[in-house]
Amino acid sequence: MKKQFFPFISSLAVFFLLAFAGCKPKNTGSAVSGDAAQKAYVPPGKYDEFYNFVSGGFSGQLAVYGLPSGRLFRVIPVFSVDPEKGWGYSEESKPMLMTSNGFEPWDDLHHTELSQTNGEIDGRWVFGNGNNTPRVARINLKTFRTDEIIELPNSAGNHSSPFITENTEYVVAGTRFSVPPDYENGDVPISTYKQNFKGTISFISVAKETGNMDIAFQLLLPGVNFDLSHAGKGPSHGWFFFSCYNSEQANSLLEVNASQRDKDFILAVNWKKAEEYLKAGKGVKKAAKYARNRWDEKTHTGVHEILNEVTVLDAVALKDICYLIPCPKSPHGCDVDPSGEYIVGSGKLAALIPVFSFTKLQKAIGAKDFDGEYEGIPVVKYESALHGEVKKPGLGPLHTEFDGKGNAYTSFFVSSEIVKWNIEKLEVLDRAPTYYSIGHLCIPGGDSKKPNAKYVIGYNKITKDRYLPTGPELAQSAQIFDISGDKMQLINDFPTIGEPHYAQAVAADVISKNSVKIFKIEENMHPYASKGEKESKVVREGNKVHVYITSVRSHFSPDNIEGVKVGDEVYFHLTNLEQDWDVPHGFAVKGGNTAELLVMPGETQTLKWTPKKAGIFPIYCTDFCSALHQEMQGYVRVSPAGSSVPLTFSLGKNSTDPKANSPETPK
Amino acid sequence: MKKIVLMAIIAGFIWACGGNAETESTPGEAPKSMVEDKEAYDAKRGVGKFTEVEVGATLDKAMAAEGKKAFDIKCSSCHKLTDERLVGPGWAKVTERRTPVWIMNFMTNVDEMIDKDPEAQAMLEICLVRMPNQNVSDTEARGLLEFMRENDGVK
Repeated sequence: MKKQFFPFISSLAVFFLLAFAGCKPKNTGSAVSGDAAQKAYVPPGKYDEFYNFVSGGFSGQLAVYGLPSGRLFRVIPVFSVDPEKGWGYSEESKPMLMTSNGFEPWDDLHHTELSQTNGEIDGRWVFGNGNNTPRVARINLKTFRTDEIIELPNSAGNHSSPFITENTEYVVAGTRFSVPPDYENGDVPISTYKQNFKGTISFISVAKETGNMDIAFQLLLPGVNFDLSHAGKGPSHGWFFFSCYNSEQANSLLEVNASQRDKDFILAVNWKKAEEYLKAGKGVKKAAKYARNRWDEKTHTGVHEILNEVTVLDAVALKDICYLIPCPKSPHGCDVDPSGEYIVGSGKLAALIPVFSFTKLQKAIGAKDFDGEYEGIPVVKYESALHGEVKKPGLGPLHTEFDGKGNAYTSFFVSSEIVKWNIEKLEVLDRAPTYYSIGHLCIPGGDSKKPNAKYVIGYNKITKDRYLPTGPELAQSAQIFDISGDKMQLINDFPTIGEPHYAQAVAADVISKNSVKIFKIEENMHPYASKGEKESKVVREGNKVHVYITSVRSHFSPDNIEGVKVGDEVYFHLTNLEQDWDVPHGFAVKGGNTAELLVMPGETQTLKWTPKKAGIFPIYCTDFCSALHQEMQGYVRVSPAGSSVPLTFSLGKNSTDPKANSPETPK
Repeated sequence: MKKIVLMAIIAGFIWACGGNAETESTPGEAPKSMVEDKEAYDAKRGVGKFTEVEVGATLDKAMAAEGKKAFDIKCSSCHKLTDERLVGPGWAKVTERRTPVWIMNFMTNVDEMIDKDPEAQAMLEICLVRMPNQNVSDTEARGLLEFMRENDGVK
């Protein structure tokens, strides 16, 4: 018995160790309490409560996660090519990435904004902004595909975007980098910033039914950096608020030179007034060149066009559109509470949070309670618009979301924390550390009239020791806190793609009930569709070879093609004949200089291939589709230029001959 | 002794994790169960929305023509009109092997049929590719049935 005693003790030790470790590993410095795992756990086969649409930052894409599990469901390609999905490689999707500079394979998507009706998320679209070459994208939430991208002329660094008005009347886009407008000579010394550089804010109209975007007007403003924005709502509907920094108008070493003034501004824009001026014909049509690309769901094809004119309103000369509110220390976040009364400015370098009152702002404007002008725009006295300041909330406030119960949640980059405070009383109620250096944060519906405040998610800039090391670069971390009680409770960490900036979340059923499962093959209007194997064929037009090819589990028709020559441009128009949910087929050809296609059920997509040498080139299905997926392949014979090999195509002798009209005469 | 240690470890796990005894109700997307009551299963009818399908003594040519259109788009990739098996079985004499109602249920309720119907399962063992759900509408299915009858010689 004594012999067995030691093993028993050691087993006991192991059991305690395993038993505790088995529940939830305790991570560096974070206080995860006992029931956190249960709160974040979504059992297999169960759905998450919320969709979380998270910007992919420098990946240029948009990622869709589930909450509270933090599971990644989909990466929607938006501004960057995605060879996995053929986005930017298929002939149909290439037009979507066209700009006035030609094809651009990348951008930097900073913020997401879900469409709203009456100030509530309606689940129709999510918008994303391109920060590098200024663009706004609209993603269809029935198909989770980018349906439209519009470019913005007279603009650079589209950062204060794509925030919307409460009925999605407008999406806005403001220049972070002021530049000389496109209609002026831009070939000027950089040191002439103050004379030649201008800021613009674009109001992009969104058609009610289709969502189609147009630039309704651009406001021409002094050259400063517009950073973030949010629309008024309820009583402040009709106004839009933009934070701006670099009121010093520095053009070099902004780190120091744009941090000189004690206060920069929040720009309050009365867009209803701007609409009046527009109606009165005060807008000036300016020559411009910008792209607008729309996806046509009937033809499964993107259509690119270049537009040549934009209407500009001079927001300095035309009075009563714009007012400036002083805001301490290079304001970043500019957030409006659910009631529409309070505007929260967050100075990146500040140690307090100013909260402005819309009512007081209106009174101050009415009484012309101004503190002079800045570049011709009236500056409202700070105290006259101020509801109050949250004292010593933390260091470096960035962004604020709201719970709809009178409280605000603000992220603090420098002090790495989320702070909950009461808007009316300006009192700090709770604080929770984040790991590390939080940027944006998100409460489902947290910038709308009706927040659904079960969680707050922090999107951190620095990860360090949170995950297993993966070399010098680590996935950026997001953290979910349960906020259903008085205190924030950390319940989950999850890694993200790219660099998440702003994100939005919405109750799952708002989106899931509308999700498209297949495209009806009967409604496929693609000019190169083959509706049934009978229509599959190969047609030569000069040096262009059009392959009308179909896929169904598990073969292509045709799968043997001969008579292609070096120098030909081959277009594989693949129609996926499947009509079942989640059965895409992939397509790749050896030696292709593009990518694969991933074709949804009932859809047609085209891959261009320019064979460089003679030989046999296999094609195959890249998306495991059935038990006989490995058999889903074919061959293309390429002959030298000038060869006399005739163009032929076929599908196995045991199969329907694509050339024959077989079913007419059953044997 | 070893047994006791093992049991203690297992018990420890249960205790330490708070014994989450919550039994979740079956989620909506849970795998479909096998036939609950084999006795009650009507192999002639299969499983699906159709209980009875009436066919005429003669062919409805218009209906059969509609069926052929659907065949070309949704079926011909895998089925021949002869008795030759391609991906799926050839259609020759199918209206003699199966009842009209079974065919209609199979076309419109593929997944449940393959999961539950013994004949459909037997075919899966031969073909090894589950028949894709091609979202065949009721009207299309009826047309396809008439087209099958035409293929089998009904005038």
